[in-house]
Amino acid sequence: MEDDAPVIYGLEFQARALTPQTAETDAIRFLVGTQSLKYDNQIHIIDFDDENNIINKNVLLHQVGEIWHISTSPADRGVLATCYNKPSDSKVLTCAAVWRMPKELEPGSHESPDDSSSTAHTLELLCHLDNTAHGSMACVTWEPTGDGKRVISLADNHILLWDLQESSSQAVLASSASLEGKGQLKFTSGRWSPHHTGTQVATANDTTIRGWDTRSMSQIYCIENAHGQLVRDLDFNPNKQYYLASCGDDCKVKFWDTRNVTEPVKTLEEHSHWVWNVRYNHSHDQLVLTGSSDSRVILTNMVSISSEPFGHLVDDDDLSDQEERRPEEKSQEPPQDSVIATYEEHEDSVYAVDWSSADPWLFASLSYDGRLVINRVPRALKYHILL
Amino acid sequence: MAPGSASSQFFPSLTPVGCSWSDGGCSRWTWPGVWNWGLSGGARGGGPGASAEGARDAEDLLRSLGGGERGAPRRVGPPGPDGSQRGTLRPGSVPGQDTIRKMKNDFRKMEDEMDRLATNMAVITDFSARISATLQDRHERITKLAGVHALLRKLQFLFELPSCLTKCVELGAYGQAVRYQGRARAVLQQYQHLPSFRAIQDDCQVITARLAQQLRQRFREGGSGAPEQAECVELLLALGEPAEELCDEFLANARGRLEAELRSLEAELGPSPPAPDVLEFTDHGGSGFVGGLCQVASAYQELFAAQGAAGAEKLTAFAQELGGRYFALVERRLAQEQGSGDNSLLVRALDRFHRRLRAPGALLAAAGLAEAATEIVERVARERLGHHLQGLRAAFLGCLTDVRQALAAPRLAGKEGPGLAELLANVASSILSHIKASLAAVHLFTAKEVSFSNKPYFRGEFCSQGVREGLIVGFIRSMCQTAQSFCDSPGEKGGATPPALLLLLSRLCLDYETATISYILTLTDEQFLVQDQSPVTPVSTLCAEARETARRLLTHYVKVQGLVISQMLRKSVETRDWLSTLEPRNVRAVMKRVVEDTTAIDVQVGLLYEEGVRKAQSSDSSKRTFSVYSSSRQQGRYAPSYTPSAPMDTNLLSNIQKLFSERIDVFSPVEFNKVSVLTGIIKISLKTLLECVRLRTFGRFGLQQVQVDCHFLQLYLWRFVADEELVHLLLDEVVASAALRCPDPVPMEPSVVEVICERG
Repeated sequence: MEDDAPVIYGLEFQARALTPQTAETDAIRFLVGTQSLKYDNQIHIIDFDDENNIINKNVLLHQVGEIWHISTSPADRGVLATCYNKPSDSKVLTCAAVWRMPKELEPGSHESPDDSSSTAHTLELLCHLDNTAHGSMACVTWEPTGDGKRVISLADNHILLWDLQESSSQAVLASSASLEGKGQLKFTSGRWSPHHTGTQVATANDTTIRGWDTRSMSQIYCIENAHGQLVRDLDFNPNKQYYLASCGDDCKVKFWDTRNVTEPVKTLEEHSHWVWNVRYNHSHDQLVLTGSSDSRVILTNMVSISSEPFGHLVDDDDLSDQEERRPEEKSQEPPQDSVIATYEEHEDSVYAVDWSSADPWLFASLSYDGRLVINRVPRALKYHILL
Repeated sequence: MAPGSASSQFFPSLTPVGCSWSDGGCSRWTWPGVWNWGLSGGARGGGPGASAEGARDAEDLLRSLGGGERGAPRRVGPPGPDGSQRGTLRPGSVPGQDTIRKMKNDFRKMEDEMDRLATNMAVITDFSARISATLQDRHERITKLAGVHALLRKLQFLFELPSCLTKCVELGAYGQAVRYQGRARAVLQQYQHLPSFRAIQDDCQVITARLAQQLRQRFREGGSGAPEQAECVELLLALGEPAEELCDEFLANARGRLEAELRSLEAELGPSPPAPDVLEFTDHGGSGFVGGLCQVASAYQELFAAQGAAGAEKLTAFAQELGGRYFALVERRLAQEQGSGDNSLLVRALDRFHRRLRAPGALLAAAGLAEAATEIVERVARERLGHHLQGLRAAFLGCLTDVRQALAAPRLAGKEGPGLAELLANVASSILSHIKASLAAVHLFTAKEVSFSNKPYFRGEFCSQGVREGLIVGFIRSMCQTAQSFCDSPGEKGGATPPALLLLLSRLCLDYETATISYILTLTDEQFLVQDQSPVTPVSTLCAEARETARRLLTHYVKVQGLVISQMLRKSVETRDWLSTLEPRNVRAVMKRVVEDTTAIDVQVGLLYEEGVRKAQSSDSSKRTFSVYSSSRQQGRYAPSYTPSAPMDTNLLSNIQKLFSERIDVFSPVEFNKVSVLTGIIKISLKTLLECVRLRTFGRFGLQQVQVDCHFLQLYLWRFVADEELVHLLLDEVVASAALRCPDPVPMEPSVVEVICERG
């Protein structure tokens, strides 16, 4: 069966920020934030109609500045957080804020999308994550399994844990920690682990990856020189609690077991330039997606270090609690780690890739020139994993 | 020798007498067969000689009796065709009757004489008979007397035996004693019921026991050496000692001596003595232990040949055990030799060792000594190969260390250019000479004159699997691996490996690929005529590996150098406040540094790699400026158009598509030439610049500074790359991105940019 062709959507502005609507589990929806210094920035809400292969978009105005990072609440479909540059004459400061999108744009209200192009809605500001004392915000990450009340933001060398109170209209700094050392230490990215009841966060600064305990805000592990150069992104394996993927300017993607930080478990070197993004599939953690400034998106099958290293084996110890959909066991040798596909639809650096929160076989990638590409996992592989 | 001489000694007077008249007469003695044992021997041995003598005596007798008659029978013999007779016949042919008459007369005379002869003969016979009759009596008496005399002598011997034996034992003439004892034993045994004989026998037994004891004592003392021991054993066996016990005792005795040899060998091993060299050691072992073992084995086989399989097994087990211990010692000694570099001594030692063991090996095929020795030699040869491989590796690493030092040193001395080409030549020749030396060293193992060189292992496996695969191919592989390990070294960030070393190694591997590998392998195949059919690594595989290594190294070199320049550019972009920068008046120093470094790299690579191919240049390429950004491009670029899912502004899109019509693989594999290397480095650097610029926000002057910097790079970098268009594209992209990141993009006039850049 032929794979569906990728669906391409073009934005008018440069863009770096992409996120799925995490709390949405039915509709395939991505949010893209633009970067423009002269015009009002926008958040494009992109709905993908899988059956008809059609994209619907809604545009939200984000007038406070160009968006560097965007993330959505895992609990409330209407709530999102952005990191944005405030336009200023003398100095650039990146701030972060929590927003609520207009009610009518929340899923379910599928009113006629025809004239949505002309009408740009405005975001409702819920609160600022006040960073005047801490410097530029690099990213905001939500507690993955929580009720959408706790976020962590990374500002220069500080890691800040916020409690969102009163329907998220107020952000209270619950605790914080900062990185001390010589030179200007700056967090580049961070992820909140879905395991350990949400008590672990991993951050990246320069070539180092650190793990933090959110209760004490103390460091629990540290991978020095995780990459030869800057670490750009991290992601936790959703099914294996100690596994962490990282990527960086050395063109490599590395997989770590945080219990043993001296050596990566695996290293991939498929990209020919900096790798900006790495994402585990939420359901099938052997599928790993990476985006790079070599303009390519690569989907890799890391089956050997996944939670299903031999596919689904019936005689595996009790798997009844997992959602098992393939009944029969195929007599075949364990599949090898391999690149599944290299997607070359982008013509500029790809700064963001992510899986859909609704459809585990679908992902989006965004390149700097504003091109959003929606792709699917090849069907053959999909059925191979499922059956 | 024994029976004949014995009888002549026992009966000195019997022979002529007893045999002259009748051979059988003696045996007819009826006294109950006492002499049978001695006489039968005498008859057997002395018979022919004695009867001949007897015949002569009879003739003499006849001669003396017959007197003048002696010649008569000869005249009686048939007359030959005498010439004189014919002479007388021929003239008588005229008077025929005369002749006939004369003949008649003659015959008659002859007849008379014949008659007379007959009468004479009768007389003689008569005389003879009478004489015989007269002598008969005396003769019988003489014979009898002789018999009695012999018997008495025998009895005397028997009675004297104990004292004789004692005397022999006292004198140490054990052989004599054993012979006497052996001779008397059966008689004594037979007549032991007679008290007198019994007493003799008892005495004899006591003495014999003493004798046996003394012999054993001597045997045990063992100080007298193997030949005398062998004599002891022989005597003991003659005394009727149990053979098996003797085997054991003999071996135990031999073991004592051989163990002493082994101990002395072990002492030579010592904990850490000023050990004699291995040749001396194997010599000692060979002459002492192996020689001893040979002696023991041959003596044993000679002495106990009658013992058959069981005896042989004993010896085999004995040889195996001691041989095993000897081998263990030799191996320990050889193990000490592992560190040394001198192969010739070792091979000579092994040769001696192996050669010496061929003798006992042939003697004791079942003990498998020769095979075990061959095995040891093979093992040592294998270890030797391993040692040489290690040596080669160490030599290679040593070369690398030298190169590192050489690369570090000249800069301190302020000398320009470390002479990479010379270093490369040094390394290559040094490694090659090491390889040749190793080949020559292991070649000793297969030399014709070496005793083990014709073993199947040394003819086949040693050459193909050992030398070719294990040593040479193994070394080349390990060299490639060592070189590749520099690509994976953890020092990705700083570069624990100097880039020049990467470059040099890359060239070295490439040279190996093009020529050296096939040369070395040909050399090896020639020296070690490989007769083995086992598959060997083909040259092409090795070459491919070397090429891959060279490629990886060069790629890594590009990455490392690219990273160095990237870091400079990156720091320069990240640390600057681009919003509040002043109007550009100069090219930033970092850009000059980038150009300088690139030039230096260009020189460095040029020392080892060929120029490579460039695309044809436009004559005026360096004159290009970035006017494009100020005019055509920016027009449509910022015009917002909110068409859903629509393509972007066509102008922008076409620009971008033009930019990426050929996708730029930033970290792409490089080719083996200077231009490709430089292109790679410049690509990496400029791409970094682009990404860094995109992360910043620029003020108007910030943008202008980027413009100036990019133009400067443009002026100097194009000459290094294969396709200058690439530099244009990337720099265009940098400036375009900077413009995008600028809220107030007012570009600088191209003419001003040019002026600033020309000013430097």
